[in-house]
Amino acid sequence: MSRDAWSGRDVLSILDFSRSDLEQLFDIANDFTERPGSVKKSLTDRIVATAFFEPSTRTRLSFSTAALKLGAKVIDLSPEASSVMKGESLPDTIRMLESYSDLIIMRHPSEGAALLASEVGRVPIINGGDGSQHHPSQAMLDLFTIQRLRGRIDGLSYAVLGDARYARTATSFLYGLAKYKPKAVYLVSPEGLRIRPEVKDTLDKLKLRTEQLEEIDDVLGKVDVIYMTRIQKERFPDPNEYERVKGSYRITRSTLAKAKDALVLHPLPRTNELAYDVDSLPNAAYMEQARLGVPVRMALLHLVLGERKK
Amino acid sequence: MSDKETMLVQKISDGTVIDHISAGKSLSVLRLLGNPQNRGVTVALVMNVSSSKMGRKDIVKVEGVELTDEQIQKLALIAPLASVVIIRSYRVAEKKNAVPPKVVVGILSCTGATCISVREKESVQSIFSLAGSSPLSYRCKFCGRVLSEQEISAQLG
Repeated sequence: MSRDAWSGRDVLSILDFSRSDLEQLFDIANDFTERPGSVKKSLTDRIVATAFFEPSTRTRLSFSTAALKLGAKVIDLSPEASSVMKGESLPDTIRMLESYSDLIIMRHPSEGAALLASEVGRVPIINGGDGSQHHPSQAMLDLFTIQRLRGRIDGLSYAVLGDARYARTATSFLYGLAKYKPKAVYLVSPEGLRIRPEVKDTLDKLKLRTEQLEEIDDVLGKVDVIYMTRIQKERFPDPNEYERVKGSYRITRSTLAKAKDALVLHPLPRTNELAYDVDSLPNAAYMEQARLGVPVRMALLHLVLGERKK
Repeated sequence: MSDKETMLVQKISDGTVIDHISAGKSLSVLRLLGNPQNRGVTVALVMNVSSSKMGRKDIVKVEGVELTDEQIQKLALIAPLASVVIIRSYRVAEKKNAVPPKVVVGILSCTGATCISVREKESVQSIFSLAGSSPLSYRCKFCGRVLSEQEISAQLG
């Protein structure tokens, strides 16, 4: 895809992007990582709005940092201190925001919120997470991290460990992997946290073969990447269901003794599923992954908005 | 309809005959059509008759009313095998099959409690696209969840 095709585009799901789109993004992100001094201020005179209807640390801050590094000004809607608290609808909120900004980065607890916003608004919408469904920029930076640290994404074996049912990061990562040719993809979750039928259906259509397992020990010795997720209490419709599965998996330094040099990725924040004693191992890639969120999101903003006519 | 079936109710001069409705669904069909009997329209129901094609089926006759193409599309959501015959002056004027529409707007509701079409239902119309014809299933445009034939029937019935 040429830059023209990126220009002004909504970023709702990684499914909407081809492998060559991602490679173009990664080339630019790589440039921004390797030569930070050479970054052009391609968003000067642009205003980027962030609207996070649920909490965020890394996504919001790394997008804001990325926008600032490219010369944009950033405005922020704080739902808790805005008309959202007075019951304003999402379409009305988006219509207001788009009249103040050139691009909106949003996160919302409901699936489809970013899609709805994209249909209401004229400015590009970047989905920073919608319910349990999509988190495209996270998947892009996850893949970029693997590309940087292992030199390739194809031909590796992956274990996606934890909540594959409600974690949008796991779903989006799998959708992203489907653009490549992994050697094997193992899904390791207790029964209550396995991927949703509609996600399995999509992966089947994309011809991404996965194998469902209960225990990580079964594949520790043969995977190159372990992609972990937190069990997100806030996504469970039934609190009893959360109580049943919480603490059902955990990676520690001793667990990784069998894992050779497998990279451990985690979108963070972590709770107790990833022990702090892993941090000093060479396997721990999650802090580098978080750091690379900035150049990937810079590349994303640059492609979508950088050369778009006002 | 066979002669034996036509003897159950008299012929209509003008109107619509909906045949091959799954047994037990005729009342749902009437509800879908806005209960025309409540507006003084003559309606005849034949329920649970034998059918070589379906085993058992229901038939609905609505006098003086011709179903629109939009109504026939909606009909397909609860009676995907239905055939619709338009009668004029006691003769068959048109025959149409109920074909499930590719996109259904504002009729079905998503079952996902956290779907934006549920949370913002005051400001957003539900949109579903056809996911499968036999059995019938529809996919929510917003969250991707799939409604099964049973769920569709339960919502519209």
